[in-house]
Amino acid sequence: MHEMSLAENVRQIIEDAAHRQGFKRVRTVWLEIGQLACVEQESLRFGFDVVTRGSIAEQARLEIVETAGQGRCEKCAQNFPLAALYEACPECGSYDVRVIGGDGMRVKELEVE
Amino acid sequence: MCTTCGCENGQTLIGGHALRQHRKPDGSLRFRMHGADAQVAEVSTSRIVKLEQDLLAKNNNYADANRRYLSERGIFALNLVSSPGSGKTTLLVQTIAALNGAQPLAVIEGDQQTENDAARIRAAGAPAIQINTGKGCHLDAQMVGQAMQRLGLRDGSLLLIENVGNLVCPAGFDLGEAHKVVILSVTEGEDKPLKYPDMFRAASLMLLNKCDLLPHLEFDADLAIEYAHRINPKLQVIRISATSGAGMAEWLEWVKDGCRNAVAAKPEASFG
Repeated sequence: MHEMSLAENVRQIIEDAAHRQGFKRVRTVWLEIGQLACVEQESLRFGFDVVTRGSIAEQARLEIVETAGQGRCEKCAQNFPLAALYEACPECGSYDVRVIGGDGMRVKELEVE
Repeated sequence: MCTTCGCENGQTLIGGHALRQHRKPDGSLRFRMHGADAQVAEVSTSRIVKLEQDLLAKNNNYADANRRYLSERGIFALNLVSSPGSGKTTLLVQTIAALNGAQPLAVIEGDQQTENDAARIRAAGAPAIQINTGKGCHLDAQMVGQAMQRLGLRDGSLLLIENVGNLVCPAGFDLGEAHKVVILSVTEGEDKPLKYPDMFRAASLMLLNKCDLLPHLEFDADLAIEYAHRINPKLQVIRISATSGAGMAEWLEWVKDGCRNAVAAKPEASFG
């Protein structure tokens, strides 16, 4: 359940932004979560609801945009969609695959008032 | 509210003391905003604020600070991760006994509850501090930074950090260590590397532990290693039994090598 601490980090990022930019309420939070980021989205939603209670983001809508996993084969230099870390290169079958996308987690933007 | 598990009362204890500053890191560690800092005056309608901020930025900043602290002192730090019951603590106790005072070392023990593991390490003759994460499922870099301060590490030390027994959550949380070492015991399934790939991808070394039990089991060690290499072709592997001592020499040589390199890389300016 590291999603709970990730949710807490989201809240902290929001509160720091509010402090700097002077908004009072958050309506919507857009998160970008990579397909390979090892995050259970339902747990993250649950955690977000819990940790934003009593904060400026209470009852904010949480929009999660999933970014697709991307791999690069170190043998044949092919880039390809990677749905799971144990997948082989579809071209040459090598498991020497580097993750080049879809493993990040970001707060993209907020709708605030 | 606690950063680890969202509980209302901070439950993280480091050597029995509460984790300081649960929510706000000190000034030097606060991450910077990537976006514009423009102040916007009283606006009643809604607007969009672009942030593009990494969820792990705060932890990564603490980890960077830990890494600097360690490298300035020539300390070689390892983050030991595994499922519960893989034999991490026994491995540490045997490692401490084998190094036999020849190498200064200290241990940070992470568990949700109890001081039992730190007590076992101290009984083996090494200084240890226990972090109790309460409901938290992993150590983070802030906890480890504070634990390091309390330990008062000697220059050139080996620092062994035993993470909470959990093959999922600790993978994403950099503690500032030189390497993650994943321990898989042969009483588990061969396909654990496929089921929990993030940890095997994050690790530099896998210790296949409890190998003395192989004659009594149907565990296919070669298959387990093949699966681990599918996830991480560069993963080094040592077959070991902390109980019988098999493979310990190779593991100890790996550790000593890391310690020598950490001391050699220590900046000249910090001598004296």
